[in-house]
Amino acid sequence: MSYLEYNTKYVPSGFRKLVYLNWPVIMLITAVACAGFIMLYSIAGGSADPWMSAQIKRFGVGMVLMIGVAMVPIWFWRNISAVAFGVSLLLLIGVEFFGSVGMGAQRWIDLGFMRLQPSEMTKITLIMVLAAYYDWLPTDKTSRPLWVICPILIILLPTALVLRQPDLGTALLLLTGGATVMFLAGVHWAYFASVLAAGVGAIVAVFQGRGTSWQLLKDYQYRRIDTFLDPANDPLGAGYHITQAKIALGSGGWTGRGFMQGTQSRLNFLPEKHTDFIFTTLAEEFGFVGAFALLMLYVLIIFFCVASALTNKDRFGALLTLGVAMAFFLFFAVNMAMVTGLAPVVGVPLPLVSYGGSAMLVLLIAFGLVQSAHVHKAR
Amino acid sequence: MKRKTRDTEISARKIGRRALVLGAAQLGIVGALGYRMQTLQIDQADQFRLLADENRINIRLIPPARGQIFDLNGQPLATNEQNYRVVMVREDAGDVGEVLERLTKLVPLDPENLARAMEEMQRRSPFVPVTIADRLTWYDVARVNVNSPALPGITAEVGLSRVYPWGADLGHVVGYVGPVSDYDLSRIDDQDPLLQIPKFQIGKTGTENKLERRLRGSAGTKRIEVNAIGRVMRELDRQEGNSGADVQLTIDARLQSYVQARLDNESAGAVVLDLENGDLRAVASAPTFDPNMFVRGISVADWRDLNENKYRPLAAKAVQGTYPPGSTFKMVTALAALEDGKVTPEETIRCTGWVEVFGTRFHCWKRAGHGNMNLHESLKQSCDCYYYEISQRVGIDKISAMARKLGLGVKHDLPLSAVASGLAPDKEWKRTVHEQDWRVGDTVNASIGQGYVLSSPLQLAIMAGRLATGRSIKPRLVRAVDGYEKPSGAGESIGLNENYLRRIRNAMGDVSNHSRGTAYRSRINASAMKMAGKTGTSQVRRITAEERARGVTRNEDLPWERRDHALFVSFAPVENPRFAVAVVVEHGGGGSTAAAPIARDIMLQALYDGEPPLDAYPSGARGRIAEQQRKIRERVPPGSRGKDRA
Repeated sequence: MSYLEYNTKYVPSGFRKLVYLNWPVIMLITAVACAGFIMLYSIAGGSADPWMSAQIKRFGVGMVLMIGVAMVPIWFWRNISAVAFGVSLLLLIGVEFFGSVGMGAQRWIDLGFMRLQPSEMTKITLIMVLAAYYDWLPTDKTSRPLWVICPILIILLPTALVLRQPDLGTALLLLTGGATVMFLAGVHWAYFASVLAAGVGAIVAVFQGRGTSWQLLKDYQYRRIDTFLDPANDPLGAGYHITQAKIALGSGGWTGRGFMQGTQSRLNFLPEKHTDFIFTTLAEEFGFVGAFALLMLYVLIIFFCVASALTNKDRFGALLTLGVAMAFFLFFAVNMAMVTGLAPVVGVPLPLVSYGGSAMLVLLIAFGLVQSAHVHKAR
Repeated sequence: MKRKTRDTEISARKIGRRALVLGAAQLGIVGALGYRMQTLQIDQADQFRLLADENRINIRLIPPARGQIFDLNGQPLATNEQNYRVVMVREDAGDVGEVLERLTKLVPLDPENLARAMEEMQRRSPFVPVTIADRLTWYDVARVNVNSPALPGITAEVGLSRVYPWGADLGHVVGYVGPVSDYDLSRIDDQDPLLQIPKFQIGKTGTENKLERRLRGSAGTKRIEVNAIGRVMRELDRQEGNSGADVQLTIDARLQSYVQARLDNESAGAVVLDLENGDLRAVASAPTFDPNMFVRGISVADWRDLNENKYRPLAAKAVQGTYPPGSTFKMVTALAALEDGKVTPEETIRCTGWVEVFGTRFHCWKRAGHGNMNLHESLKQSCDCYYYEISQRVGIDKISAMARKLGLGVKHDLPLSAVASGLAPDKEWKRTVHEQDWRVGDTVNASIGQGYVLSSPLQLAIMAGRLATGRSIKPRLVRAVDGYEKPSGAGESIGLNENYLRRIRNAMGDVSNHSRGTAYRSRINASAMKMAGKTGTSQVRRITAEERARGVTRNEDLPWERRDHALFVSFAPVENPRFAVAVVVEHGGGGSTAAAPIARDIMLQALYDGEPPLDAYPSGARGRIAEQQRKIRERVPPGSRGKDRA
């Protein structure tokens, strides 16, 4: 398919594309990232090193990549979706053999200049390939069983590989993100209802299987779930993270203890305070006002993405935009739910804020795709 | 393939609808998150703020300096000495082994302590200071400090540790401190948070223990901020505590030291009582122990030696030991009979060497008998038969009442570990304790301080003091606490007939000043210092009729545990008594030979407030006394034994 297949009145070209970028989203992303920089500076005890300066560099690289991706026409991305997904699958298999172990899990391949986390990459390519699939599939076939099994397999394959690493958080994100795209594409309600029922069955199986030879999760994952269900029964052991996170959050109050005044993070009571638990530091130092403002920034990003998707007549572009927005939503919602004690600790970073290279890069590339869809949509 | 426009529009509408459904779900989740934040950060903010502060703020106690103990003249008896120690912080040391090797060349390190310190260092966080060497000299510390660049992680610290400059001389009186134990905590009802400090030193025995509350002082506090692994980040504020109150005892350390020296090689107790105010000038028990040994941490061998020694060095015999008072009790029996009108001072009773009471023969110590005895002669020569007779006339209850009036069989309130109440038996007591009726034979036995009667040297000194002054003198050991003087123990009149008392005193004067007195050989020659006294020899075994028939075995031929106790009570000067002295020598033999000379020497030392001139002694004894004084002088000079370690 070519550009001419689209019933377009006007599509920008050349440097004019820059004008048609989704600027509100860029501003919001930058604002969220800046909040992250401030927090990393504070957590380092008022120092740009070791985290803030590195994070700014990555953000800069990511923004350049994002604009770069945005400049490339969306149909190019659609056309390479399947290939990109295939590559990330291969890489996922690759980490099984060449991966480095970190935090008790195989997660990355060391490329020398950076650590590549194929699971991060898969988060985008899965959405891409599903969006392309439903773009290709005639709408009347969407809900036919055969055409439903195909995307399910596409989702389950990387999910299974990620679960093997083991990375429960990412696996759940892949599963939910993929299901969201299917849902948006118009797959019949009944499928989701039955999957939900099966999910409940699976949860029962997970708990029933505990301690037997066919137990489905690792012991530490069971412990995390236990801790989530009742953090108080082990406040110094497994429940320590959640308890301390809640203390940090709660002690922030309305307006927080002030920039660089958070005792919980400064005195190391918080675990992984610069990565997964960075939100607690923010909430401690800037209080409810700061935490809620960050939440609103995220909501606005989603809002502008959805708005862009709803005005996009291109099925791939709309599905991709909504898929990325949904994945993004899942990232911050799961992270916030986790640190506020609403969800178990599954190791999901706060998008754009937590310290971490590949998550940031992957996310900005994803937003590059969203921008590409936005720039190249028919007007 | 060209896609139809309609197809796209239908799909777009469908995507829009589904997107709105998802958007609504998302808004719901965002709402839940916002509500959660509100709950935690606004509704429960105060509670979590408190928890955060509990996390980071630790309250540390600052132990106060323990109050010091002084003697009457301001000599320090228990004081705090700066104690230098070397501590090591593992994380600052780098190569621990290397640093320790260098340290070994500078200061003496005990390998056992070193191993313990290494083990502790491995167990605890790397930033926790661990004591490597304790009780170092100033020179050791200086060497460490000079070489500090080569000793990373090593610092010299100063602490306070308890020192008893007079060492063993006051071991039983002052006692010692030691680290608070679980047993202590279970035994004492004390909420003082200081006791929760590991190894906090509290008084274990003696006045250190009895005056613990006053000596301890109150804790200061400092609030410190710590991080998650307990490292101290900064001190937020501090509130100083109050150091413990200083205590002044009535003890005269120099006299006490002399008494201890004089009792050397005996198992004995001696008490010197100031008759002006009841002050205890010396409370000595021999053998004794060095309390410093306990503060430093007593070795197993030393502890076994103290515990298994048959002379019981840990027992404060002067206040804790109870002995049959023997003939020193005769004043009690005499006064009881006199006050009751059952005998007059002039009445004579014939001593034939024994008395038969309901078929049992009670013997006088003098087999041939003393002949006719009145009160004066019976005391002077310590005739037993006289007391067998008058005690039967007056009865045990009145004798016991008199004993208690004179301070026997009564627990005196002193801040010492174990103050014995002794025993002044009466009919009621025997019925309660032995469930038997009192028999006349019991009274006869008690009349000469045998049988059930028990008293401590302290009680005997008080008895002598009350007889000498006619006042009910109360012993006082603590002169002042924190500068406030305690009430004097001078006491009111005891309410006894002054005429009888004078006769008793005269008789006691003749005991040591009349050539037929039992303690004549232990008299004081200086005319202004003449001493009155009474000897006592109390049996610890029963002499059978058979043994009496063949001749009573001499003390020297008996094993130590079966020899008689030697006792002597005294006061001086006779005319204007200033001191009362009681001496009990366990299994020492006769009171006149074993106890009286000691009491006389102590009395002279007290009267002259130092070494008496030789002409205060009877001329025949001077050579021996001079030799004895020289020996005592040659002991390590008192007051320096605690300090010779530095």
